[in-house]
Amino acid sequence: MAISDVASFAHLTPDQVDELGREFDQIRRDIEESRGADDAAYIRRMIAIHRKLVVGGRVTLFASAFPPAWVVGTAMLAAGKILENMEIGHNVMHGQWDWMNDPEIHSGTWEWDTTCPAEQWKHSHNYVHHTYTNVIGKDNDVGYGILRVTSDQKWHPANLGQPVYNALLALLFEWGVALHDLDIEAIRKREKDPVEMKRQLKGIWRKVRKQVAKDYLIFPALTGPQFVSTLTANATANVIRNLWSYAIIFCGHFPDGAEKFTEEELRNETQAEWYLRQLLGSANFTGSRFMHVASGSLGYQIEHHLFPDLPSNRYPEIAERVKALCEKYALPYTIGPMYRQYGQVFRTLMKLSLPGKRAAEPQPPQPRAKRATPAELRSYPGPKAPQASAA
Amino acid sequence: MSPTATDLVRRVASRVTTPLLPDDYLKLINPLWTARELRGKVVEVIPETDDAATIVIKPGWGFRASYRPGQYVGIGVDRDGKWHWRSYSISSTPDAGHETLSITVKAMPEGFISDHLVRGLEPGTIVRLALPQGEFVLPDPPPPKVLFWTGGSGITPVMSMLRTFDRRNTMPDVVHVHSAPSREQAIFREERLALTEKYDGRLRSIENFDDEHGILDVTKLEDACPDWRDRQAWVCGPAPMLESAEKHWAAAGLARSLHIERFSANLTASATGGHVTFAKSGKEVDLDGATTLLEAGEAAGVQMPFGCRMGICHTCVLPLTKGIVKDLRNGAEHQENQNIQTCVTAAAGDCVIEI
Repeated sequence: MAISDVASFAHLTPDQVDELGREFDQIRRDIEESRGADDAAYIRRMIAIHRKLVVGGRVTLFASAFPPAWVVGTAMLAAGKILENMEIGHNVMHGQWDWMNDPEIHSGTWEWDTTCPAEQWKHSHNYVHHTYTNVIGKDNDVGYGILRVTSDQKWHPANLGQPVYNALLALLFEWGVALHDLDIEAIRKREKDPVEMKRQLKGIWRKVRKQVAKDYLIFPALTGPQFVSTLTANATANVIRNLWSYAIIFCGHFPDGAEKFTEEELRNETQAEWYLRQLLGSANFTGSRFMHVASGSLGYQIEHHLFPDLPSNRYPEIAERVKALCEKYALPYTIGPMYRQYGQVFRTLMKLSLPGKRAAEPQPPQPRAKRATPAELRSYPGPKAPQASAA
Repeated sequence: MSPTATDLVRRVASRVTTPLLPDDYLKLINPLWTARELRGKVVEVIPETDDAATIVIKPGWGFRASYRPGQYVGIGVDRDGKWHWRSYSISSTPDAGHETLSITVKAMPEGFISDHLVRGLEPGTIVRLALPQGEFVLPDPPPPKVLFWTGGSGITPVMSMLRTFDRRNTMPDVVHVHSAPSREQAIFREERLALTEKYDGRLRSIENFDDEHGILDVTKLEDACPDWRDRQAWVCGPAPMLESAEKHWAAAGLARSLHIERFSANLTASATGGHVTFAKSGKEVDLDGATTLLEAGEAAGVQMPFGCRMGICHTCVLPLTKGIVKDLRNGAEHQENQNIQTCVTAAAGDCVIEI
């Protein structure tokens, strides 16, 4: 069942919720004050790697008729697109690097290598999804207007096709993202303003035209007689990027333990309750540093939702402090290996394509029954200081 | 203007680099090969005095090097991962070739950026540039009789003018009155004296060192240059000096003969401060009455338009949709629904800016 009151769901008193809010604020302040040259070097390095991967991939594909070159070129191009869309584009557009005052790495000017225009992404994602996270009826990311991802959404016979829609969305994910801000739900309910829709469609068309021309016309043509093999390489790179970003993004809010909320929760919601909703509504996954960079740091979905505009390279250290707070306040911190998180998502999607409620839905895990007493909270030593290295 | 061949090539190339520009890739090879943002490379840092240095910069692609002597240039430097912008008068002459340009900077006490420019800048450093601008320039040909009155690092735009006269061999009848805190702190002293010798009779140079001669005021100026009324005057220096010049020339009914350059906003006037909202970017900050809205917006990560940063060029103008702001230069108040210059205004109560 969707949650209508985060505080009572978490068994916290209003004072405790406020205190928790102040602790999250403190994390934000600490990170903001310590942003500096190392962080700037990180994003510049990512950008340089992206550009080298793309140049390497495109150049290699000038021999795309030669199968090993096709494989290497496609892999480099796919890796470049994944890095650009996820660790760079998504995070830059969140304003994570605006503090650098660099007009070339700024949320106001970034355009990313997908068919979705940056301007529309920033509206549907930064504003709608990150403000109303997991609130059914407000956050269009709860099922993207085409999938039933929670039993709180009423079953419709059209949901029988869910296994097919899911597979198509995964393959064509970039196109789903491009159309997302149109708000399929609003169009279906005939609530969409036609003028706004026309403006958005124009923006999408402008971006799509350039993207399609580049990958499916100009680069294939530049490789002359290898037109077809370059075209299949580019298409494959786009599909690889689609499948990967689909899988990562579906692990963010659909695994077991990532809660959904009712609109009632939004009424008089404080900043501290907003934090709590972000924490309860998001799911992390474990992985190596490489894995986290490749997934745009979305393995730290919880931290990303608590602090969407803090630099992504700082999420690992933020995570340590968030985990400590969850322990202190006896709050769930949803995390697991990626295959398990996606496995849960897939199972939920399949089950919810059929009618039925609880039978198809896993029970949300309750926070531990035993909570810290006020005395225990006072004696809590705080987050662990970084360990001095043995050397 | 018809597009140049370079523009055309770039436009075609951007079809394959979309959504990036060819520049975004080329600058990986050479950081100056980009016209997306104007850049330059520090070629040399030449110490002028204990606390002043000339920075020679080689501009990258897209930089219009045809500046006029007396103009200033915006320069951005990276400090701890963050770009900081300042404006400085250009001290080189455009006639010395367009390969490089120079600014001359005096390290101000607690000047976070000026101190770094003078003492911490390594040759090879990449800096950001804004196009040269400014109206503190001489007409061409120059008027027959000229008075330059400069104080401290206010010498820099005038040095560019003197060097240009020298290059073009067009030195008119010039009186140059320069005041510096001390003999040792006088910037370009040797070069000025050499020029005075070379143009003996045409260029007269009068020096005032505050520690030896006391502060140079308008009375002393009149003594040094009795025919000041017959001359077109270019005056650049600290704010009190400029104010006294304005009063003096206005009192003589000669305001039109006076050209002044303010190289720093006088930030002594204090508005009361308040809560400032940058509406479109969704950023909010609490401000004191001395921080400019431009600085505050930049500190909050809003991409603020900016130019001279001293209230001259109006590049930074933004609509004020709510509240009142105060002009730090003169205390003038601006009400909501006006366009305000964010670089010289501070909050006088809560306000909302449309960006």
